[in-house]
Amino acid sequence: MLDGIDLDVREGTVFSLLGPNGAGKTTAVNVLTTLLKADGGTVRVAGHDIATEARAVRAAIGVTGQFAAVDELLTGQENLQLMADLKHLGARVSRPVIAGLLERFDLAEAAGKLVSTYSGGMRRKLDLAMTLVGSPRIIFLDEPTTGLDPRSRRTMWDIVRGLVADGVTVFLTTQYLEEADQLADRIAVLDKGRIVAQGTPAELKRQVPGSHIRLRFASVRDLDAAALLRPGATRDEENLTLRVPGDGGVKSLQALLAQLTEHSVNAEELSVHTPDLDDVFLALTGQPNTGHEKTEVSAR
Amino acid sequence: MSADALIMLRRNFKHTLRNPVTVFNAVLLPVVIMLMFVYMLGNAFSVGVKYIDYATPGMILLAVAYGLGATATEVNSDMTTGIINRFRVMDVSRGAVMTGHVIVTMLRSLISIAAIIAVAFGLGFRSPASPGDWLAVAGIIVAACFATSWLTVAMGLAAKTPQSAAMATVPVVMLPFFSSAIVPAAKMGQGVRQFAEYQPFTPIIESLRGLLAGTPSAGYLIAALAWCAGIGIAGYVWGVVTFARRV
Repeated sequence: MLDGIDLDVREGTVFSLLGPNGAGKTTAVNVLTTLLKADGGTVRVAGHDIATEARAVRAAIGVTGQFAAVDELLTGQENLQLMADLKHLGARVSRPVIAGLLERFDLAEAAGKLVSTYSGGMRRKLDLAMTLVGSPRIIFLDEPTTGLDPRSRRTMWDIVRGLVADGVTVFLTTQYLEEADQLADRIAVLDKGRIVAQGTPAELKRQVPGSHIRLRFASVRDLDAAALLRPGATRDEENLTLRVPGDGGVKSLQALLAQLTEHSVNAEELSVHTPDLDDVFLALTGQPNTGHEKTEVSAR
Repeated sequence: MSADALIMLRRNFKHTLRNPVTVFNAVLLPVVIMLMFVYMLGNAFSVGVKYIDYATPGMILLAVAYGLGATATEVNSDMTTGIINRFRVMDVSRGAVMTGHVIVTMLRSLISIAAIIAVAFGLGFRSPASPGDWLAVAGIIVAACFATSWLTVAMGLAAKTPQSAAMATVPVVMLPFFSSAIVPAAKMGQGVRQFAEYQPFTPIIESLRGLLAGTPSAGYLIAALAWCAGIGIAGYVWGVVTFARRV
């Protein structure tokens, strides 16, 4: 399932494993969290070898799986109490911890209700809250926002950012490029069990050509005039557009506009194209990822 | 029992209390069936003694069997909903998870049996059994509960879905009907009679019947305890092996 994966995650950062369904993300999480044995290789989590020191690894980590592992016939409060009991926190320690988590995850009101009455978003939040009982230093989140509505997704993102601010290390898998882009300090792109790219979101974006400004003109005359000003640009006579490569920054945009004004060249329309992780994914794996729209800024 | 097993037991006990279907199937249904047989059909059977005296030991085993379906479903849900992975990452042993289910199943059965015996007395059941006999009755009941609970936990672990887990226990739940629980095996037709004579519930029921009638039979007692030991060990081994393979 997984082939020659080499990952290095720094403490207190968010590392995201990004890949389509079936890429091997959950398998990777299961290996890292001692639930599955790897055929070979070594993995150290929190400084402990997962094969020989599984107990020490388990004591340091928290895992929130792909499917909310909550107990439907218990209340939210009781689910958290169950975790506190299994972590052997005494009542004096666990009471404020549980109350704090319920408050933090906005579940205080629903704490006394059975989880079977919770919405999908509430279940995910409770699931994560349960993972946080006992303050693990490393948290694994396997597709934490899959199936959530956009608002719940943003809430989840804020929670993850809050964890990192507290110094927790987060290992996150996702099939949403936007999510990795939003949260991760480093991203590894997983495809068919192999890492096809690794780096910061910016580094990955840089691997893909295509940051450019697109200008559309009213006439061929204007197009030609602009093309003369920018020899590196690509002309498209049919659509009357000019593709000017650039870094996508405000400065280069200002310079371009100033140049056009100076030479009295009128552009009808301007749009800035920044490559996003979608482009990265397409370039790296040769297949488009679905459900994601390009970041595009247009101005007239 | 480990601290973790106790935590699991508390969790499973809450599940029982919050699932009306479980309470009904495990506790009320056996009582209803007993009332049905004793009031509606009892006079039609001639079993040589007062029917309630004959039927009570069988109804006790019926109560054991009816509590099993919920356990298989519960065990399977634990395995299929992902909560087992949470427990494993928290270092909860498989022993604690399984023991929690076994003990809650036994507790449920014992409550149900207490209800059956109470109702039996209300219906005119009388026994000349000595305190020693009653103690032996309790021992056999606990052994039977223990054995069938392990078997059911293993069935729950082995099944693919909670629904198929519940289905897997149906043959066990039906066994008392094809034993000497309701009528003596000797009164049954060819084939069914042999089955009833040699299946595990018959010696267990007959030992209880002998003890409660004040005429214990060593042969049935030995057979009953041997069956309980065999079923218990088989269930335990099956359960442990399946658990290891599944997770």
